[in-house]
Amino acid sequence: MEFARRESPYWSARVAVPSLMLQVLAALAPAALAHVWFFGPGFIFNLLVASLFAVAGEAMMVHLRKRPLEVALTDYSALVTAALLAFALPSLTPWWVTATGALFAVVVAKHLYGGLGFNIFNPAMAGYVVILVAFPMHLNLWIAPRIGDIDYQYLTVLQTLKFTLTGSLPEALGFDAVSRATPLDVMKTGLSNARTVSEIRANPIMGDFGGRGWEWIGNFLAIGGFWLLIKKIIRWHIPAAVGAGLLIPATIMYLVEPGTNPSPGFHMFGGAAILCAFFIATDPVSAATSPKGRLIFGFGVGLLIYCIRTWGSYADGVAFAVIIMNVAVPAIDYVTRPHIVGHPRRGDSS
Amino acid sequence: MSAPTYDLGKLHGGLRLPGHKEKSTTGPIQNVPIPSQLILPITQHVGDPAQPVVGIGEHVLKGQLVAKPEGALGAPVHASSSGTVVAIEPWPVSRRFGEKGPCVVIECDGEDRPLEFEQAAEDYASLPPETLLARILEGGIVGLGGAVFPTAQKLMQARTCEIDYLILNGVECEPYISCDDLLMRERPAAILSGAQVLMHALQIDACYIVVESDKPEALNLLGVALAELDDDRLVLKQVPTIYPSGGEDQLVQLVTNREVPSGGLPSDVGCLVQNVGTAAAIHDWIINREPLISRVTTVTGDGISNPMNVRARIGTTIADVVEFTGGYSERAEHLIIGGPLTGKSVTTDRVPLVKATNSILVVFKSSFQGDELACIRCGDCASVCPIQLLPQQLFWYACADNEDKLRQFGLLDCIECGCCDLVCPSHIPLTADFRIAKGRIRELADEKARAERARHRFEARNERLEREREDRDAELARQKESAKKAGPAEIAEILKRKQQQSEDD
Repeated sequence: MEFARRESPYWSARVAVPSLMLQVLAALAPAALAHVWFFGPGFIFNLLVASLFAVAGEAMMVHLRKRPLEVALTDYSALVTAALLAFALPSLTPWWVTATGALFAVVVAKHLYGGLGFNIFNPAMAGYVVILVAFPMHLNLWIAPRIGDIDYQYLTVLQTLKFTLTGSLPEALGFDAVSRATPLDVMKTGLSNARTVSEIRANPIMGDFGGRGWEWIGNFLAIGGFWLLIKKIIRWHIPAAVGAGLLIPATIMYLVEPGTNPSPGFHMFGGAAILCAFFIATDPVSAATSPKGRLIFGFGVGLLIYCIRTWGSYADGVAFAVIIMNVAVPAIDYVTRPHIVGHPRRGDSS
Repeated sequence: MSAPTYDLGKLHGGLRLPGHKEKSTTGPIQNVPIPSQLILPITQHVGDPAQPVVGIGEHVLKGQLVAKPEGALGAPVHASSSGTVVAIEPWPVSRRFGEKGPCVVIECDGEDRPLEFEQAAEDYASLPPETLLARILEGGIVGLGGAVFPTAQKLMQARTCEIDYLILNGVECEPYISCDDLLMRERPAAILSGAQVLMHALQIDACYIVVESDKPEALNLLGVALAELDDDRLVLKQVPTIYPSGGEDQLVQLVTNREVPSGGLPSDVGCLVQNVGTAAAIHDWIINREPLISRVTTVTGDGISNPMNVRARIGTTIADVVEFTGGYSERAEHLIIGGPLTGKSVTTDRVPLVKATNSILVVFKSSFQGDELACIRCGDCASVCPIQLLPQQLFWYACADNEDKLRQFGLLDCIECGCCDLVCPSHIPLTADFRIAKGRIRELADEKARAERARHRFEARNERLEREREDRDAELARQKESAKKAGPAEIAEILKRKQQQSEDD
């Protein structure tokens, strides 16, 4: 009898990239619902715009690079990038702003560097940084969470949609009436005006640890993140190290001078730290690769977030922290190569 | 009975795989009858090929030598039944390299008449180790775990080192394969006796018999046999069921916590590993005077109607073995000699069963993975690599054909266990890629050696030409010098000689 030949091993892998990406998307879903609950339907519009342009950009680049279209589109990585970008944007964002970020993320940060697996920078964060540089004022249009602050007029679904499509608000409303500073903004402005942390935290947008609504989104992100950990889609090293890099300096500074340094809880729940720890810094392509390397990478990200928040000119520092550490990855990978079994150990005289 | 012990060293990575061993372990080992034809490859071992010592038309007896080793490394091949040699010709074989190999084809007469070996007059324990090793060599014994390294030479090499432990490998960590499990259940006393012979050959008195925890019955029966034997040099060890803990170097690390140095052998760290099947074969040869002419093999997989373990004569074709077990099922699409992770896929079942054939696995295509996607550097491969390599980096450098980096990142230490393939979410055939990259490195090394030799030749030639030119110049100078010094009488003499020469021409 004759048989077909093939290369060993003759065994199927039980995991596949598309299912990993889908599970990451699923893990983001509870937080996405919370986002819509607290900050209105704008998140959905942002997500749709980002997904549309990310997938279109991916299709265009794959076509130009003459690669199989179906394989690239069905790995769902463009959708993960789009979702992370949508989480980073205020719920009121005009479509061209979102589209610029999504296209830059996929076309430049991902495909011009060689496509999935070869990108040096986290695509979503690269896209966000471009928005931050090109449209800084549009990143200030955070609205108030649907909790507390009765003095606030929420936009309807149609008004939000109209803003997304045209960038204009209903006639009676100005930007100042709609937008509310984020908890991190409030903290930064307050501290620079020589107010104490406890005074600043009297602001009605502040919650138990971070900002109202924000901290709930953080909780749901953490739930999704732990689910990914349990499913072994991400490993513990980066989330733990990001947490440590952020919380260790935050705790020390808070203990030394609680009047001018917000608590570690505020740092954790105040901004995008949880999103970063579980979903952004854990992007395997642009992170370090060995367990030790990932601890260093994550710690660097956490530490840089703290530094940028505390001494930088931006309220939050996730995107810059991740991008800076992305640059350090080749060096980290080089110095954290594991000991190969049977090779002389480093420092061995033999 | 002696209870197995557990104290173990560390082994990085590895995988807990579904064993798929239940189906082939329900019944005892069945004996495959004498086939009509035996195909005996003359090279069934690592090393130099053996040379046939029988002629076409010659009648041979069971156990008779048909090919004897030549060169430093080799093992003899014996006829596995009586019959007539009808051909010595290339035949498809399941070796790792190359598809066809020279084989001695024997038409069996069905009488199975054995060659009478003189009974071992004296007890093996009274033999000096060198004599015992020479005798082991004569039996055609090779490592039956699959590597088929000639056992006698392995022992001789080990004799030059300080050996602390003999380790009998009954781990059998690769899924589907269960021939060692059944052998340990049915012939534990033979295995232990073989271990005693090996200890005498090595002149050591410590032996670990190592079995994976998924073989409780084998552990139990070995324990009973150990208690009966009452030899406290032998210790039974149980190891967790993790693939690839049965790899030779991995087993040494697991059992003794010693790392076999890169490019080295277990004997460099005082260990010698032998498969349990090899130990039983040594018992059969040294005590019972039966050379290695048959082995136990697992016939299993989706494509086999009745999975089981059989004892078949070396040289029986896979087709004959499978037919004996009840044939193929309709799901027979790939024939693999060996296990599902490290075996070799062959295209025809006309290949003979050889000393290395521990398993005949027939599987269905749909159990294979999907399309290859881009590497996302998830690092799962690195976390399962038993050598602690970084397959994702190696893959990168293999794509770039960067030899220096491949060497630096330990490509040559890769044992091709296939763990990285199994966990890769992008379904990259890493093991196959690494195999190709290793071949490429070997090729480059060969090329380099050839270029070096050519350079040497070229330089030697230049040197020679230079030397000849110098010699010529020196000669001319000498002649000139002597001509200058010559008086009129000598000049007349020379002219006369010249004239003589031209007249002669």
